[in-house]
Amino acid sequence: MSLIHIAWRNFCHRALSSFLTTFSLALGVGLVVLVLSIYGVISEAFTRNASVGYNLVVGPKGSPLQLTLNSVFYLSQPIENLPYTEYMEFLSKDERASMVGRFGGDSKLAERDGKYAPFVAGGFAIPLALGDYFGEFRVVGTTPEFFSKLKHGPNVDEDFTFSEGRAFKDFSPENGYFEAVVGARVAKEMNVAVGKKFFPTHGDPSGQGHKQGFTVVGILEPTGTPNDRAAFVNLEGFYLMEGHAKPVEADPENNGDDLLDEAVDAAESDEEQAEDVTESSATTADSPTTATDDGKDGATLVQTDADNNTAVPDSDSNTNEDSQSDEEYRPLSIPEREVTSILVRNGNILFAPGMQNMINEGIRAQAAAPIGEINKLMNLIVGPLLTALLAITGITCAVAAVGILVSIYNSMNDRRRDIAIMRALGARRTTVTSIIIFESFQVALIGTIAGWILAHTAIVLYSGQIEDQTGVQVGFFTTSNYEILVLPLVLGLALIAALLPAWAAYRTDVGSNLSA
Amino acid sequence: MTALLNIKELTKSFAQPEGGRLLVLDIAEFQIARGEQVAMIGQSGGGKTTLLHLIAGLLSPDQGSIQIDGIKTNGLSEQGRDRFRAETIGYVFQTFNLLPAFTAIENVRLGMAFGSGKHQHARAAELLARVGLQDRFNYRPSQLSVGQQQRVAIARSLAGRPKLLLADEPTANVDPSSAESVLELIRDTCREEEISLLTVTHDMQIASRFDRIEKLDEINQVDHTTASS
Repeated sequence: MSLIHIAWRNFCHRALSSFLTTFSLALGVGLVVLVLSIYGVISEAFTRNASVGYNLVVGPKGSPLQLTLNSVFYLSQPIENLPYTEYMEFLSKDERASMVGRFGGDSKLAERDGKYAPFVAGGFAIPLALGDYFGEFRVVGTTPEFFSKLKHGPNVDEDFTFSEGRAFKDFSPENGYFEAVVGARVAKEMNVAVGKKFFPTHGDPSGQGHKQGFTVVGILEPTGTPNDRAAFVNLEGFYLMEGHAKPVEADPENNGDDLLDEAVDAAESDEEQAEDVTESSATTADSPTTATDDGKDGATLVQTDADNNTAVPDSDSNTNEDSQSDEEYRPLSIPEREVTSILVRNGNILFAPGMQNMINEGIRAQAAAPIGEINKLMNLIVGPLLTALLAITGITCAVAAVGILVSIYNSMNDRRRDIAIMRALGARRTTVTSIIIFESFQVALIGTIAGWILAHTAIVLYSGQIEDQTGVQVGFFTTSNYEILVLPLVLGLALIAALLPAWAAYRTDVGSNLSA
Repeated sequence: MTALLNIKELTKSFAQPEGGRLLVLDIAEFQIARGEQVAMIGQSGGGKTTLLHLIAGLLSPDQGSIQIDGIKTNGLSEQGRDRFRAETIGYVFQTFNLLPAFTAIENVRLGMAFGSGKHQHARAAELLARVGLQDRFNYRPSQLSVGQQQRVAIARSLAGRPKLLLADEPTANVDPSSAESVLELIRDTCREEEISLLTVTHDMQIASRFDRIEKLDEINQVDHTTASS
């Protein structure tokens, strides 16, 4: 007969006491496991959400965490906006020329590569414009590239797919510039279907509604990222909503922003010259200038392709109460455009730190690495919170361990005779001590397993809601790395709890207890 | 016939609450041969149980030696005595001392658990059958009659195939009709397994069944009127 068997018999003999002690420990362990699992879910959700195929977020100067929160998680308020020309700095000369041609703007912009373009080559830069809401969900103005170039999933290798419809286009014959794609959760909660139209509200969820609506042309499959909670609209359409065009002042002396732009552009121009004097000089000399009276960047316009565009949609396809037909719309010129942030993926990831430094050394923009910012957030806020929760649940476990001690120690009066009998049958002092420790371990082991099962059952019961809220799929056997430490920790506590009764067992006097 | 148990110049005293020590036993010489069955009679408080505890190695003597099967047990370490006791000595208690958490067969197996006994279950089953409890293997002590409990205790004391069985008032808590059968069971089993038997009792009628009867008062040189066990 093994010592474990003997300990088990003692455990069963005091069934109620053993059950209550084990149950209290199971509750403590369950709480610990639950906290660890929740932390694991939060951590994974944040990490997954911050890993959607780009490595940097570029936005106006300010808090990099705020930039990450509003551009990656669609939380918090945008810091400010950047001029569209800042976005163009990530594009090649050809792309810039195409934009100048389509939208109109300073022709000089078309004469050179964007200064960050070499760093991005082979990657992408996708602009975001924020500020409007659809219900409680953020409206994100962006380009169709958002859906074709960004990835998601645990390995960041899954394309965005549509449960219904398609991605929006820059311009479509049926809906013009005003197409939208909604995330899975938005579709579910706002009861949106393809073909329906929604009207964003300006500034906040309860803000005034824009007159211009967007027709939903696609609904994303769930991704488990914040994109499930966003309504994406075509950036061109976003710009064309009332109040979204940046006023262009003819007189820069009356416009502080333009003065800043001027100063920044001058500073950046110096840097460019230092980098590529020959090219800069050549292009400047040769650049065709179709400047207005003052010849300043902000007001230098060219005739756009859009102005000449005859392929505008038939207004019959857009039977709505819009105040203007698509024929009356034309894309904003470059000076009228702003972006809230830019999602950037470097073609070669090794270029990222250099580009990040270069952007951050500038006056206007900052570049933040989302994963780094999220890690900081986790360490600064979630980490201490977790520590506090773990401390509380750890205390719960310690209390449960004291319960083990009290339970076993209180039974020692009854056990002294049993111990004396076993000693008389040849058991050593260390043997009876071991039996007490084994009994404590049994409570710990059963309590830990029961607690783990309790916690994971609760997680499974709420797995649907967890997936809805965070996109993280959890199953019964989904464990966090820390959970493996729970059993040794509880066994350690059980050992400590068993020491006092074990010592009492060790010192039990055989003669007097046999005669008792 | 060679001596299995050989006690020489044995003294044992206990500390008194008010200070000083109380001498309980002072035995010049005492022996039991292999296979011999001895009844030792003495008054309550005369040191009978103390003597059994000393022989079993549960207590250490102040002086003298206790040799069992050629081994001086009071020269062994405590662990050595525990091991020796588990393998060499069987013990039947006056109050049976069955463990309430264990079934009858488990209680018997406990008699082998701390030694080097193998095939514990088969041996325990065999012993329980021998004491007439073949249909009570899985009964707990509380589900057995007093006489059955004492039979389980006897089976347990024999489980480790001891060379010496110590029985402390084995019939004191059973009714007179059962006492005789319990005693015969112990004696017969010891005879069959060639186990030496030392039974202490204050009941002269029980002692009279033995070929050899020793009076503790005669071998113990302590004044009993002041001794206590």
